[in-house]
Order: sequence, then C-alpha cells, then structure tokens
Amino acid sequence: MTEWIISILLLIGGSFVLVGSIGLVKMPDFFMRLHGPTKATTLGMASLLTGAMIFFSTTEAGLSVKEILISLFLLLTAPISAYMMIKSAIHHKLDSIERTKGKGNIEDDV
Amino acid sequence: MQLETRFKWLPAPVLSLLLFIVWLLLNNSVSAGHIVLATILAIVIPMATNPFREKQPLIIKPGLALRHLMLVLFDIVTANVQVAILILGPNKKLTPGFVKVPLDLTHSTPITILASTVSLTPGTVSAEVYPCSETFIEGKTSEQRFLLIHVLDLKDEQALINTIKQRYEAPLKEIFQC
Repeated sequence: MTEWIISILLLIGGSFVLVGSIGLVKMPDFFMRLHGPTKATTLGMASLLTGAMIFFSTTEAGLSVKEILISLFLLLTAPISAYMMIKSAIHHKLDSIERTKGKGNIEDDV
Repeated sequence: MQLETRFKWLPAPVLSLLLFIVWLLLNNSVSAGHIVLATILAIVIPMATNPFREKQPLIIKPGLALRHLMLVLFDIVTANVQVAILILGPNKKLTPGFVKVPLDLTHSTPITILASTVSLTPGTVSAEVYPCSETFIEGKTSEQRFLLIHVLDLKDEQALINTIKQRYEAPLKEIFQC
C-alpha cells in the first residue's frame, strides 16, 4: 500500500517537474520562460519530497522530517532567484515578444 | 508598525522560532538534549547578531499570519496546475504583459513577502519594485511604491490588480499593522 502511495507521489512530482522544463524550452521569450521553473517545480519538488519522507519513515526506524527543510528552503529561494533573473533581464533590456501588453510600465533604471 | 519587542532577551521572535525548528529538523530528533541545545541557540544567536541586523517589523497577528500561510500554500497548488495547463496549451493563445500594481505597504519586509507570494501564485512573477530600491531610503520618503509584475496570460488588468491587493496585500497589512 505505502509503495503505491510513494510511486504515485513520485509520478506526480516527476510530471510537474517535466512540465516546468517543457515550459522552459517551449516559451517564446525570457520573461515567459521564467514562469515554468518558478511555479511548476515547487509542487513537483514538494510531492517528490513527500514521497521521500514516506519512504524513509517506513523503511528506516523513526520519522524522517528533514525533507520539510528542503521544501522550506525551496519555497524561500525560488521567488528570490526568479526576481534576480527578471531584474537583470529588465536591466539588460531583453526583448519580449511583440504582443506583450503594458511594456510602457517598465521604467528606466538609473 | 512595531519594530521593538517587549523583551530585551528576545529581539527577533520569528528568527528564534525558525532557528529552533530548523535545528530540530536538521538533527531529525526531539530528544531532550537537542531541545535544550536548540533553545540555547535560538536565544543566543539572535541576541548576538542583533546589532548587525536591521530592525524588522513584528508579526502582530500570528493567527492571521498562519491562516494567510495556509491560503498561500493552497494557492501554490492551484497555481501549479494552472501554469501547467497554460504551458502545455498552444503558445499563440497566451497574451503576456507587464502590470504595475500600486502598493499600500511601505516597509521593505512586507513588500518582499508580497513579491515572493506573487511569484509563487498563478501566472505572475514579480519583476521590480518602483521607485528603485537603491535610491529609496527607509521611512524618509513617502513616495507611492509600485510592484511591476510579469503576467503569463493577461486577461483583465484591473481584476488582477484587485485580486492581488485584496487577497495578498490586505492580510499582510493587517498582520504587520502598517
């Protein structure tokens, strides 16, 4: 039974991470590429880590909760790294695709 | 907004709590020895580093903060599914856009939290805070601040701004009372 739960969690996690990477390849410009890895990965990693947590808790003696820390740090660092990347992209005036709305909202940085 | 704690020996309650929990999780145990060690670390480290850190606003309503955290976690799950659908759909249907959200928050810490939650929730990534933080001096200028966000699929700009303001900004304002 637990094996089933673990495998399902691993499959869900793997497919979300895969979708994130597909987004990275498929999207037309840098700003849209950033959406895949920042979001699709968080849930993917969360389910992978939940699977790992259940696996180590059932096979080894005692509860294994270290994985919570990994997801905590992922949640903290994912938005910050996305912010740093998009900030530098704006600074370098990277092109966004034609139909992007509201380009005028970007101000010149000093 | 409140910057000072009531107790001198506990200058940053959230940092102390985080250190306590992280220590126990790292050691993967709740034995008495580790609890004592975690308590000592959670009190000594914030006290020793207090002079170097900038004063952070305190969480005034912890209950509301916890509820907001649950809401954000739930939104992250829905965001993942939504973005996955958008990514797998045809590219031509997507209309990306930049949106400027006017902020009521003034302090950098709540704005950082808001920007992070915006990055983790459906179809939006925060890109920049205006006026640029390098030229902004805390508490001195009372300029209106804006959050620039990039939206993967922009349908209704005003509705999006309203959702962000009501769903994510209003609770933060109440949590920090600013």
